[in-house]
Amino acid sequence: MARHRHLLALGALPLAVLGLFFAYPVLGMAARGFADGPGAVLGVLARERTQQVLWFTLWSAGLATVLAVLLGVPVAYTLYRLRVPGRWLLRVAVVVPFVLPTVVVGVAFRQLLAPGGWLGSLGLDGSAAAIVAALVFFNVAVVVRTVGAMWESLDPRREESARVLGATRAQAFLTITLPALLPAIAAAATVVFLYCATAFGVVLTLGGLRHANIETEIWLLTSQQLDLTGAAALSILQVLVIVVLLALAARLDRSSDRAGAAQEPARPTRGDLPVLAWTSAVLAALALPLAALVVRSLEYEGRWSLRNYAALAGDNPALAATAAEALSNSLQIAVVAATFAVGLGGLVSWLVTQPTHGRWASLVLRSFDTAFMLPLGVSAVTVGFGFLVTLGRPPLALLDWPWLVPIAQAMVALPLVVRTVTPVLRAIDDRQRQVAASLGASRWRVFLTVEMPLAWRALLAATGFAFAISLGEFGATSFLVRDEVPTLPVVIYRLIGHPGAANAGTAMAASVVLALLTAAVMLLVERTRVRGVGAF
Amino acid sequence: MRKTLITCLLVGLTGCAFSSTPTADSTTVVVATHSSWAMDKAVIKAFEKESGYTVRIRPQGDAGELTNKLILTKDAPIADVVYGIDNTFASRATDASIIAAFEPKNAPKDVASRKGLTPIDVSDVCVNIDDTWFAAKKIPAPRTLGDLTKRRYRNLTVTPGANTSSTGLAFLLATIATYGDAWPTYWTRLMANGLKVDAGWEDAYTVDFTAGGGKGSRPIVVSYASSPPFTVPEGGTKPTTSALLDTCFRQVEYAGVLAGAKNPDGAKAFVEFMVSAPFQEALPENMYVFPSTGATVPKDWARWAPLPEHPLSLDADLIATNRDTWLATWRDIVTS
Repeated sequence: MARHRHLLALGALPLAVLGLFFAYPVLGMAARGFADGPGAVLGVLARERTQQVLWFTLWSAGLATVLAVLLGVPVAYTLYRLRVPGRWLLRVAVVVPFVLPTVVVGVAFRQLLAPGGWLGSLGLDGSAAAIVAALVFFNVAVVVRTVGAMWESLDPRREESARVLGATRAQAFLTITLPALLPAIAAAATVVFLYCATAFGVVLTLGGLRHANIETEIWLLTSQQLDLTGAAALSILQVLVIVVLLALAARLDRSSDRAGAAQEPARPTRGDLPVLAWTSAVLAALALPLAALVVRSLEYEGRWSLRNYAALAGDNPALAATAAEALSNSLQIAVVAATFAVGLGGLVSWLVTQPTHGRWASLVLRSFDTAFMLPLGVSAVTVGFGFLVTLGRPPLALLDWPWLVPIAQAMVALPLVVRTVTPVLRAIDDRQRQVAASLGASRWRVFLTVEMPLAWRALLAATGFAFAISLGEFGATSFLVRDEVPTLPVVIYRLIGHPGAANAGTAMAASVVLALLTAAVMLLVERTRVRGVGAF
Repeated sequence: MRKTLITCLLVGLTGCAFSSTPTADSTTVVVATHSSWAMDKAVIKAFEKESGYTVRIRPQGDAGELTNKLILTKDAPIADVVYGIDNTFASRATDASIIAAFEPKNAPKDVASRKGLTPIDVSDVCVNIDDTWFAAKKIPAPRTLGDLTKRRYRNLTVTPGANTSSTGLAFLLATIATYGDAWPTYWTRLMANGLKVDAGWEDAYTVDFTAGGGKGSRPIVVSYASSPPFTVPEGGTKPTTSALLDTCFRQVEYAGVLAGAKNPDGAKAFVEFMVSAPFQEALPENMYVFPSTGATVPKDWARWAPLPEHPLSLDADLIATNRDTWLATWRDIVTS
């Protein structure tokens, strides 16, 4: 019992932060939506439009998730288990799409797909297929990195024994490796689904008006029509979707496979050729929109030029700070946001993976786990407006507090940190802890010598993700940012919304810089990782 | 504070993202604007120097989002003064009593004020065409809204959506002002003639329009009367596009002191400043709009961006009453 009290005390910190910077603002908005009574909210759920929007959200996100897993798992194998040249660089490159501002990706996709674009002949402009493709483009990284981190630490000897005993490659994969990977795949798929279900910019830009998901609808209802009742109803739908999804995912997340230290990648064999071909195709597909972006950033009035890049440091009457200053702000904020997110998220993961006894305790832990996924599935628009209505007045007049932006971004990154670290911690055999404890190790020592060495890689991967999310975050940031200290995505949005081809060109150049910066940071994380692993 | 310093030292390159900027005091004026805000910094600096106030600009989305944010936060206003509420949202703002009564000493005479809202600038949303494209194809260019439904212009037009863009909304209102109750029929014909509806202005102009910097395929776009001067090629003397002056809807943008402002005196001073010559004369170059006070406009503008003499318009109260119904009908037409 004393032990449980300990855990509760540790859990109070992340809960308090989540409560203040997520639940309070969201409830503040919901309360306004319920001003006309629950009947009005239920009425919205019965609207035909609501059902259309819900259906589109579910199928587009579901299809994008399936595709992201199918495309991403072989890539994870290639980049984390095979000794292919340049795999460090490729692991980093895969993450770049994930942080690009959605409005820029939207424009890049439209330029590919519009009648005059490279892929114009496919006739996909404005179609649902284009939206799904863009969602996959954004989220493949989540699958590759989450599954890759798990795969890297699987002991290959079990698969080898199966092969020796006569199993084919496919049999060994299906019966040994796949079940071991399932928790990581489930965790990645959950996160990807939630990202897709709450995608905003890309659906708005690519969907035109034919396609709307819950997120774009909440934005329309809240910011354009001031229909808070309708927005509250849709927010409730979002929370329901998350809860159902997590309950489903929890059923898959019961594997007890042991994680070990990172395995040396193997030399590719002839049997790996299909996987290598698949990986090349996926990477090429990811590179195409990026290439379109780079090309556009190098064009100025129809000629090749670096003028868009030169404009990054120049004064622009539309901006209170130059893009170069915004870049510096983004970096500083990302360092703080990633620290918060990994600190809190690591704590949450550690708490939810503690061995528990009894139904009640595991129910508490599961609800705790679910609570920290909510920021992923609840509309950024609702959270943003919530900040304005709840944190703008005493006793919590925090809107001009410089630390609010990184905290809000940390809330956005938190779910991904938890989903990256939890499967690895969960895979630790409890007997290892028990052995250490029976040999006289204190709880702290068990943490340092048993749990940390295994969780280390996942924590680093999560740090990279959190940093990347912070660098690219726009939804919540746009509500809180002070114009004197904008972040790079905020500057990009503002530039792209201003008339003049020169501003659009500068926005493209800024996006390329953002992509390169993210890649550089991720590369740094990857290199640290190597040394870290070597030390153990 | 020490932690702040350390963080900044660790990663600070050119500035510190964590330095705090006080905003809730009597020497700071916080301005909530639409996101199209752009202004020469020297003009603002001059005001700061003369008045002793520090100006903080807080862009809040398009005119609709800006208005709605201010309504939602009216109990604890997020700014002292607002700029950028337009005539399509003015009634919503004044009905919600978020604007305090105030009229600057040199309020513009030609454009009417509305219950504390002072007109700062006017602009016209007009159909723009790519003259080069029409000349090359030897097709006569369209002139009126009615022309856009002709077979000859099939699949050539693109517009931002009325429910996702204030430019798109102005175009819808232009068609309502022209066709009255028959506007849904007109829109059905527009859609049948291959009208493309994008989410935002930037999408329509920079991706789909043939002369907007992208590789678009549509030479007719809904934009502004002030867009053509920006298509004068480098080294050239005249723009490659023009606005159809019979299709223009007049937008007026207002400024007002917010009810419950923490610094009402600063807010009033800022509104006075916005109707003064330095700010008014800087408007065209920075925000592509015309001054409401009749201040001088740049030479290029007088030549290539004439304001239409008889722009279309609708009564603000009529817009306020019908906006939601019109938008619902409109959405059904464009998504069916």
